[in-house]
Amino acid sequence: MSTRPSSACIVGAYEHPTRKAPDKTVAQLHAECAAGALADAGLARGDIDAYFCSGDAPGMGPLSMLDYLNLKVRHTEATDLGGCSYLALVAHARDAIAAGRCNVALITLAGRPRSEGSSGTAPRTRAGTPEAPWEAPYGLTTVNGYGMVAQRHMHAFGTTPEQLAWIKVAASQHAQHNPHAMLRDVVTVQDVLASPVISDPLRRLDCCVVSDGGGAVIVARPEIARSLQRPVVKVIGAGETVRHPFAGGLDLTTTGAAISGPIAFAQAGVRPADIQYASIYDSFTITVLLQLEDLGFCAKGEGGRFVADGNLISGVGRLPFNTDGGGLCNNHPANRGGITKIIEAVRQLRGEAHPAVQVKDCALALAQGTGGNLGSRHGSATLILERE
Amino acid sequence: MAERILPAPGITPETAAFVAAAREGRFVLPHCEDCGRTHWYPRAVCPHCWSTRLQWQPASGRATVYSHSTMLRVEAPFTLAWVTLAEGPAMLTNLVDPPAGGWHIGQAVRLRFVPAEDGTPVPVFAPG
Repeated sequence: MSTRPSSACIVGAYEHPTRKAPDKTVAQLHAECAAGALADAGLARGDIDAYFCSGDAPGMGPLSMLDYLNLKVRHTEATDLGGCSYLALVAHARDAIAAGRCNVALITLAGRPRSEGSSGTAPRTRAGTPEAPWEAPYGLTTVNGYGMVAQRHMHAFGTTPEQLAWIKVAASQHAQHNPHAMLRDVVTVQDVLASPVISDPLRRLDCCVVSDGGGAVIVARPEIARSLQRPVVKVIGAGETVRHPFAGGLDLTTTGAAISGPIAFAQAGVRPADIQYASIYDSFTITVLLQLEDLGFCAKGEGGRFVADGNLISGVGRLPFNTDGGGLCNNHPANRGGITKIIEAVRQLRGEAHPAVQVKDCALALAQGTGGNLGSRHGSATLILERE
Repeated sequence: MAERILPAPGITPETAAFVAAAREGRFVLPHCEDCGRTHWYPRAVCPHCWSTRLQWQPASGRATVYSHSTMLRVEAPFTLAWVTLAEGPAMLTNLVDPPAGGWHIGQAVRLRFVPAEDGTPVPVFAPG
């Protein structure tokens, strides 16, 4: 048994198998995910005494969902850092457990952007925000925001479209083994380069899928985790931050992972070289590359060389990543990929990933997310997880 | 090729003076009388020191391209960019009138006002 202390463990994890749900409501998807995670944990509904959610939950914070789920809780929280919210919420649940505010915390995510026709090419400026009058006319969307990030990284460090393509290639190599993945066809670097440019320099195959669905995780006190019939997955490190243009002092080639990562590594007492598996948020290929640099898996500017030649492919490269196929090929429910990053890390640590992509004796994993837009303002959250 | 119509920026108590100057063809930046710094996007509270003693000052309208991305898969393709103003801050904007050979980072650009869908002048940048 490891000696690294932890005040909480992930005891339940569930990814909804649907990728298109025109006949379901968002609340229904949240509830189906909650039930799935509860069954996975082997706990009863009445054991849940805390609920955490984010901006995808319908209604005002947790009010509607607690009512819909008919849960009685003594702690609840809604935090919106975009797609990485759920990684931050795992840490917040851990802290609430350590503070004695709860024992068993449920976190859910669900949404139907595919059925509702949401797209990365639609303007994302929110009316009523202080930045809206200064950004709304210009058509900032998800894809052109990340396009500017990729353009700047290529300019500063010589990163190439071929190197970015390797990230998609690795994800597709993993997705072929996932029966639920939206895109299961293996692609090559040439396939990625032959796909149409959406917003330069990003091509269609640099972009993640738009999928309906969701996921849930359950975080519990270690004594409870050890009483259950599943491998124990401890939360041993966590960090979070928000990064933005700093009133005009912009650096598009650095993400919040440069803050959240070192905090998580210091807490866990491990180094990037110790990590056996990494879930890395992959809204776009460039998203992965920047976070790998900022987490310290390679030096700033070296990301292109690091990801090339299959280095992220399980069984081939040095750092197996997103072995479920990630957002690039498998699933990006609610346009928020954070929870699936946690779920695949839990599968790896339990030895429950697909045998073709399972990392041998996987005992230490990292899950990293960003949310919002790397081209303007974004959240970042890092988790380091260990099998006991 | 379809011309993209710029959505109206909307006018708030924090943007009214900027828009009024723009209607006269003047580009102004907020300058803090306490810390001496300027910033973008403009706020009524200085983001560097939280002072409320801000004055609008004339700015050069000169900038260089920090990064850019041209959205192609839409009816009216357009170029989103961050430019670095000569006065220091980075500004999100659109680039218009692309030079032969396309946009590149470091390109010198100059501000011009174009009308949004409701006629409000909006600053964009062109080569120059």
